[in-house]
Amino acid sequence: MATIPQAPADAAISAEHLVRRFGNFTAVNDVSFRVEKGEIFGFLGPNGSGKTTVIKMLTGLLPLSGGSARVEGLDVRTDSESVRERIGYMSQNFSLYYDLTVTENLQFYGRVYGLDPARLKRRINEIVQLNGLEPYLNRLAAQLSGGWKQRLALGCAMLHEPTLLFLDEPTAGIDPVARRQLWDLLFELSGHGITFFVTTHYMDEAERCSHVAYIYFGKLIADGTPNSLRELPDVQPQGTLRVEITTPEVTRALRFARHLPGIRSATIFGQSIHALIEDHFNLDDLREQLLKNGIAVAEIRPLAPSLEDVFVELTYKHQAVLEAARA
Amino acid sequence: MPNLFRGFGAVFYKEVLHVRRDPATLFFSLVIPLLQMVVLGFGIDTNIRQVNTVVYNADGRRESRELLDRLKNSDTFHIFRYVDNDQDLNDAIIAGKARVGIKIPVDYSDRLLHNMSAQVLVLIDGSDSSVAGQAINVTTAIGLDESLRRVLPDRSTFAVDMRPKLLFNPDSRSPNFLLPGLTAILLLNVTTFLTAFSIVREKERGTLEQLFVTPVRPMGLLLGKLLPYLAIGFSELCLILSFMRFVFQVPIHGNVLLLAFLSLPYLFVSLSIGILVSSKANTQSEAIQLAFLTFLPSIFFSGYIFPRETMPTFFYVISYFIPASYYINITRGIILRGAGITQLWTDGLALFIIGSVLLIIAARRFQNKVIMA
Repeated sequence: MATIPQAPADAAISAEHLVRRFGNFTAVNDVSFRVEKGEIFGFLGPNGSGKTTVIKMLTGLLPLSGGSARVEGLDVRTDSESVRERIGYMSQNFSLYYDLTVTENLQFYGRVYGLDPARLKRRINEIVQLNGLEPYLNRLAAQLSGGWKQRLALGCAMLHEPTLLFLDEPTAGIDPVARRQLWDLLFELSGHGITFFVTTHYMDEAERCSHVAYIYFGKLIADGTPNSLRELPDVQPQGTLRVEITTPEVTRALRFARHLPGIRSATIFGQSIHALIEDHFNLDDLREQLLKNGIAVAEIRPLAPSLEDVFVELTYKHQAVLEAARA
Repeated sequence: MPNLFRGFGAVFYKEVLHVRRDPATLFFSLVIPLLQMVVLGFGIDTNIRQVNTVVYNADGRRESRELLDRLKNSDTFHIFRYVDNDQDLNDAIIAGKARVGIKIPVDYSDRLLHNMSAQVLVLIDGSDSSVAGQAINVTTAIGLDESLRRVLPDRSTFAVDMRPKLLFNPDSRSPNFLLPGLTAILLLNVTTFLTAFSIVREKERGTLEQLFVTPVRPMGLLLGKLLPYLAIGFSELCLILSFMRFVFQVPIHGNVLLLAFLSLPYLFVSLSIGILVSSKANTQSEAIQLAFLTFLPSIFFSGYIFPRETMPTFFYVISYFIPASYYINITRGIILRGAGITQLWTDGLALFIIGSVLLIIAARRFQNKVIMA
């Protein structure tokens, strides 16, 4: 018996050839990706590259100009109301009512999702326990610090026990401790099978995701686990080596290194330079050349590319492709 | 079953919490209209009285002084200066010190004594049409009366005796005329602002976007936000009517309950305008400007200040599309003329239709421009 090939039904999100046009401008251009259940999916890209547009399309706020998307197995075009019952959404400005107390905010969002009084009470207790909101229950949301506002907003988005949470820049503008605590919480919840779709500008946060994708001016130019992206041929071309040069004179070293034959690219990282060199280039020769030009070198060692390196390389390559197409 | 009004209860309760948490806003939105009433009710008198008048009496004898006494007694003219040449008479009017200049010629008494026609020159500043109209009417009437008195000493023999009777507002009090119309403007003001603000505030805060990713339906959201402000608008109406009745002593000749009932569609109109404003405006200051834009036609083309019947055809047609036109007819009808449902049902129906159409347009725009933005 012939079996019809079918996409596995258990994806949290499957987006195929998503297109969104605003007039003549194509904000999202043929974007396809899959997010499995329980993943922490990091969605990265510069401002205005289409991240929020993709979230709005997946949550049913924006109609698709083309392509299709299923969220928790439901078609976002025909079933957006059922989709909204299963997902939670936290925007970057923590959409809270500042003139209501913590409890009132939680109660309002619970009622909006149609929780009956008994379940509402139970869920508020659970959320308060989980997020440590206990001491602030009767405080107005306006009086909370950034980190607590974010926890309350996350709590409001989770009351109805969604299986998929969209977090749009959840850590923008909050302190490092609150940032760390939020990620600990995300890992804990992810362990319970909740899927997260997170956008961020922080590369260290991207490194923590189990799956990342990078969107650049409407085009998805990277999609995979952080490790698989590091091994992409475009990031680490055949016959090249990535090295870290530690030196007290980074600016001078950078200017010099960029003109050296055999060095493809070089960038400053704090007290060191990250360079992509051709692997026939001996590391000892490199050190000698630098010393000869009066640049003190502490250490030169091979380096695995960071996600930032990955996205920088992919962006350059994508720009080159675009320019070639225009010429 | 898909519930069109999903989320109504939650939104309604939350909106009530907002109002309770901010009693100052509620207080000012209820009290400022009353202050406006006080200013307009006590400050404006549409009756023209005591118009500044300058007189050049070249005659100066008894007959001429009698004529001037009659003009003074009409309450229309206030003679504030006597001059003794034509130049000064003209100058006083050009300088704006006097609206009316009266010149009695040197032979006035002589001509009357010889049963000849005596002329009196009345110069009127035409730059204010209502003052000018009143001055023409009163001087003509006094001239006519004076002539008749000399021809027919016995008044009872008039062939035609006109007996005008001013209905509904016999003392022609300005508050009686102004305040029922002002009610329409104030209600529009309060409810439009409150609704527009409550939505634009959520836009600014980002909570509106948050609500759109919940299963709340647009109608549930809109009605949940509208009904609390409908209640506030209704309380405002009660306050305005009590103020009008007991502070300004404007008698209400018709049925107050009918007035309350016919106010409901008008309030829905104002709330819908508030939603329309909020679908366009992204900040509270934009909302203020847009709301004022909608108030102006309601003030000028609704018959509140200028009678609709005297408007050029184009504006007269426009006035039919202005909800306040119908509501002012209802308030003046019930309060001043004691009209009932048989006289006013067409106005009520018109408001109901305009309200329904506006609410549907507003909900559509809300869905397209706000949710899908």
